[in-house]
Amino acid sequence: MHLAHYLGLLHRAQTNLADAFRQVGGAHGEEPDIAHLCQQQAGVCDGHAELLQPFAERYAEDAPSEPDRLHSELFRGTRTGGIGLLRDLQDLYLMAAECDVCWTVVGQAAYGARDRELVQVVSRCEGETATQLKWLRTRMKQAAPQALVVAD
Amino acid sequence: MVDRIADPWGERTPYGPGEPWPVRVDGFLEGDLTEADVDRWVQSASVLHSNGDAMDIAVADGRIVGVRGRAVDRVNHGRLDPKDLYGWQANHSPDRLTRPLVRDDDGRLVETDWDTAMGRIVQRSRELLDGPGGWGHFGFYTSGQLFLEEYYALGVIGKAGIGTPHMDGNTRLCTATAAAAMKASFGTDGQPGSYTDVDHCDAIALWGHNVAETQTVLWMRMLDRRRGPNPPAMLAVDPRSTPVAREADVHLAVRNGTNLALVNGLLREIITRGWCDEEYVAAHTIGFEGLQRVVDPYTPDRVAAICDITAAHVERAAELLGTSRRLLSTVLQGFYQSNQATAAACGVNNLHLLRGMLGREGAGIYQMNGQPTAQNTRETGADGDLPGLRNWDNPEHIRELAELWNVDPFTIPHWAPPTHAMQIWRYAEQGSIKLLYISATNPAVSLPDLARIRRILARPELFVVVQDLFLTETAELADVVLPGATWGEKLGTFTSVDRTVHLSEKAVEPPGEARADLDIFLDYARRMDFRDRDGGPLITWSGPEEVFEAWKECSAGRPCDYTGISYDRLRGGSGIQWPCTADAPDGTERLYTDGVFNTDPDYCETYGHDLVTGAELTADEYRAKQPAGRAFLHAADYQPSPEVPDEDHPLLLTTGRTVYQFHTRTKTGRAPQLDAAAPEVWVELSPADAARYGIAEGDLVGISSARGAVQARARLSGIRPGVVFVPFHYGYFDVGAADRVPRAANELTLTSWDPVSKQPIFKVAAVGIAKLADGDGAASPAPTVGGSAPVGAALPPTAGGPGAEATSRTQKE
Repeated sequence: MHLAHYLGLLHRAQTNLADAFRQVGGAHGEEPDIAHLCQQQAGVCDGHAELLQPFAERYAEDAPSEPDRLHSELFRGTRTGGIGLLRDLQDLYLMAAECDVCWTVVGQAAYGARDRELVQVVSRCEGETATQLKWLRTRMKQAAPQALVVAD
Repeated sequence: MVDRIADPWGERTPYGPGEPWPVRVDGFLEGDLTEADVDRWVQSASVLHSNGDAMDIAVADGRIVGVRGRAVDRVNHGRLDPKDLYGWQANHSPDRLTRPLVRDDDGRLVETDWDTAMGRIVQRSRELLDGPGGWGHFGFYTSGQLFLEEYYALGVIGKAGIGTPHMDGNTRLCTATAAAAMKASFGTDGQPGSYTDVDHCDAIALWGHNVAETQTVLWMRMLDRRRGPNPPAMLAVDPRSTPVAREADVHLAVRNGTNLALVNGLLREIITRGWCDEEYVAAHTIGFEGLQRVVDPYTPDRVAAICDITAAHVERAAELLGTSRRLLSTVLQGFYQSNQATAAACGVNNLHLLRGMLGREGAGIYQMNGQPTAQNTRETGADGDLPGLRNWDNPEHIRELAELWNVDPFTIPHWAPPTHAMQIWRYAEQGSIKLLYISATNPAVSLPDLARIRRILARPELFVVVQDLFLTETAELADVVLPGATWGEKLGTFTSVDRTVHLSEKAVEPPGEARADLDIFLDYARRMDFRDRDGGPLITWSGPEEVFEAWKECSAGRPCDYTGISYDRLRGGSGIQWPCTADAPDGTERLYTDGVFNTDPDYCETYGHDLVTGAELTADEYRAKQPAGRAFLHAADYQPSPEVPDEDHPLLLTTGRTVYQFHTRTKTGRAPQLDAAAPEVWVELSPADAARYGIAEGDLVGISSARGAVQARARLSGIRPGVVFVPFHYGYFDVGAADRVPRAANELTLTSWDPVSKQPIFKVAAVGIAKLADGDGAASPAPTVGGSAPVGAALPPTAGGPGAEATSRTQKE
């Protein structure tokens, strides 16, 4: 059974996203909404990773070795300025999108494995990831015209 | 005669449920004048608080000499707030601006003529507007104190003339959460209740609302019910010992920033103890299961721990709310300017939806306004809304506006919600906004983190226009200052919290060359030569009544429908509540009497948000909920405020008002009786904290946060331990530049806002305090009346003396 690999992928994606939220929040302290909500959403990601941990451990026991190129690297640090903010939010968006689709995949596998507990975890967490995507899109929509058309 | 400084609320006129509130006509005339000396009485209403009290202005020899409440008006039945009795004297203040000012080559503000001043603004505007993205260099920051016609004209200039979304107002600081919560729960803005609900209710819950000092006449109405037969029960939620808290049967002095936990806990009690109106919930709401799931963990014990109150208090409050038959709730800054503002205000809406307490006599909600004409800023789209409570994300609504104004729909910015105030300031800080046009408000005292605001206003690249009555702290930093005419010197309308529209007539001429704000806006539009899509002038109005008629057309078919109102209909009698149409020619007392809400996707003002992050929902997501006229029960979990106390800043700061002052004292600080009653800043401490820091009444205290520090003399009051209060009124205009010691509360507050309403958080900041100097036994300058009443020590009571004696006539006399 290969479910452990996807659980590992999702777990690491959540951990990476938590870290990226913290870095972006810390780098854009002059945008207080972004600073505060990024810290808050980092905590949400931590919670997801914590909930996934026991499942990752349980399924790892009978998993074959990890396939090549399982993990992706989507974040290489923060930027500054109006466009920099947009690009940072876009990085977060892509990382959250990876989590989002992983929840779908893991959720499907949880049904296949008849794992009620995992299905419950997925249904609880996937909505929060979807909200992160919506928030990031909302904030980028607001920021884009000023950063791309107006600012010097 | 009554000294309305010593007794701001005057004599009680008790009445019972369902009885008419007795008339009491309050008045004040200058010097020894009597009504026989008055040449004319000119109809108006209050602009020094948001209650909308109707009054007549006394004119003698071409001067304003006093005021008198209008007995016929539905809002106040003749009563007046002390700020109205005495505040008009500011109109005569010798330091009124009478000529425009511009910066000369040495950087000094010097007097000039209108052509020069307007010429500079128009020249800079044209330069900035030229080229792609020119609209984005403009920011308009207006007020909650202008008239409807002025806001609507400004809205059209910004949205159809310049085409910028960067338009908001000081209303963002006072009333944005009221609007956001009503949109979220009921589909559009619009107060469900009526002030007459006080006459019928059997319980009043005041959520972060010190109504005794913010809307004194509404408090008189509540007190008159409380002193009459079968009085309503009363619940107050406030960390301070305000007159409301002292009067209430149950007072919950919650820890600042924990309102949502409290409301969730109360909703849980309402549900688990069987106090829901199940039929109403089933027929008229969406989201009950989700709400139940969220609030279920908020047991009285858990709420008690988060809010630092007792579980028994939570249970008593829930019982008061749950067993009432006609429940009235009022909500204000203790919720709106605090942590999780929109979610908490929606929680109050939920309470009324769960209990079926809407749309009938005595069962109502007032999501209040802080400023007198904030309602109109919201309706007309001079803040972060669109005119007529339209939805920026609904292309059909944009098309309606484009048709009305005869412009290309592409001109009207609707790619995102209108830019909220704090973001406008951020763009100005970053330099992409290059022209900031500020009208009738004083952000250099009223916004959070003032050092930052002053820095932004002083940026050489930022061209700042300030339109005001006086050289305010903000005007001192402007490039051009335009002298405005004020209340009593211009004609227009404005609307109260409970949708009552009043006319305010021109009583006298403005001083010198000062001009009505509307005339200034129309002059700017004319000089900018804004055009419609056929090449004709965008704006053709020449006076307020024409603008009002145009506004009626804009409002037609929307919740705030004014089509049945005219200046003539507003003359002589009482104010009229919108919607007022051919079908409802006398106005509409209560909204949602049939339980049908404004949530239809084609009609609603928003497609909704996630309350925790502010993430916007799309039209499709909204439609999928199939609201069909049902209200939304929104719920969210409690989360701690963005700033909580730490080792260096172990106390919580909250800011607020006194009954004697309004906003940044621009007017009230220039009315002798009001100024003398509350002349200087103070800080309120609990006796326990005072003892811990070795501070006594009157001692000079330093208060510091991560942003700045201020000094104020200590008042030992009934505030909850761990919390200090500093009134936000006090800036620096009346102190010479060399003698200015930091005293504005907003030197301390933090830049942070609610994710949905974008209202800044003024009620939760972490501070440290220290004693700076001994008071040598002298009392602090805090009034002994209101939330700053002293505990323990007997201090000389605040009084106005012979110069504050006002008349007050009840029917029985």
